[in-house]
Amino acid sequence: MARVVVDVMLKPEILDPQGQAVQRALPRLGFEGISDVRQGKRFELEVEGPVDEAALARIREMAETFLANTVIEDFNVKVES
Amino acid sequence: MTARIGVVTFPGTLDDHDSQRAVRVAGAEAVPLWHRDKDLKQVDAVVLPGGFSYGDYLRAGAISRFSPVMETIIEQARAGMPVLGICNGFQVLCEAHLLPGAMLRNTALHFVCRDQRLRVENAATAWTADYTAGQEISIPLKNIDGRYTADEHTLDELEAEGRVAFRYATGGPAAGGYGNPNGSLRDIAGITNAAGNVVGLMPHPEHAVEPLVGTGGTDGLGFFTSVLKKLVSA
Repeated sequence: MARVVVDVMLKPEILDPQGQAVQRALPRLGFEGISDVRQGKRFELEVEGPVDEAALARIREMAETFLANTVIEDFNVKVES
Repeated sequence: MTARIGVVTFPGTLDDHDSQRAVRVAGAEAVPLWHRDKDLKQVDAVVLPGGFSYGDYLRAGAISRFSPVMETIIEQARAGMPVLGICNGFQVLCEAHLLPGAMLRNTALHFVCRDQRLRVENAATAWTADYTAGQEISIPLKNIDGRYTADEHTLDELEAEGRVAFRYATGGPAAGGYGNPNGSLRDIAGITNAAGNVVGLMPHPEHAVEPLVGTGGTDGLGFFTSVLKKLVSA
């Protein structure tokens, strides 16, 4: 079994008020020096069988149609060793 | 024979019964539709009601959009059947790409629940013909993922084609229901597709159809009487 990770993030131009709220809370908690926070989603997929180019193509299709809404989000697929 | 208007229930839908009631108050027959059933029971129009289908997991509307009933609704909507998406229903329509754009978390991160003043911008759609362009109405609003977002090109296109159906009315006191409640771009509260048969909005017309309950007004009834007139005259 191999693990494939899909990270989904709001596009850079999309306002992320949740990330901003986290960033504003940091100095109050004593964590200085963080100028920006953006919050996203991480999906860990346990893949049955080999993670070949065909399997990755299917996962990219899955990310594009379902895991991410490409109107507002970007995604990144990577194989975890 | 009166028109048959279907109201879809997904797991987590909240406003299906109010929507059915609004359909009946307008004089049409309300037909409950189940999310796992592809059969639309020969309805003439469909309402996708508000709520939190699938708990808003993944993204609001993202999982319901792939339900069996939506397969048929997407097909029929493209063929011209009137479809109204309210709140979560609007989110489902965007996720299904029947309407452009997407809904994001409100900029203030608060769940907003209040009577909201809207300006009807397009009174030529299947669901707005009983209003006049520029008319202000007051109906309830209740959401946390209500910030309408699309890229600049899409927004310009929507404006140029008159497809912004409703805007949050500004210029009055917040206590009077004025102002943009969620940071929606260009104060957009609802939009229509190019053909005018698919309309989605965040506020809730189905909660404002009888004087006794809701806002105390009936400003939302026009959605349902508009589509009924269109169907009966068709």
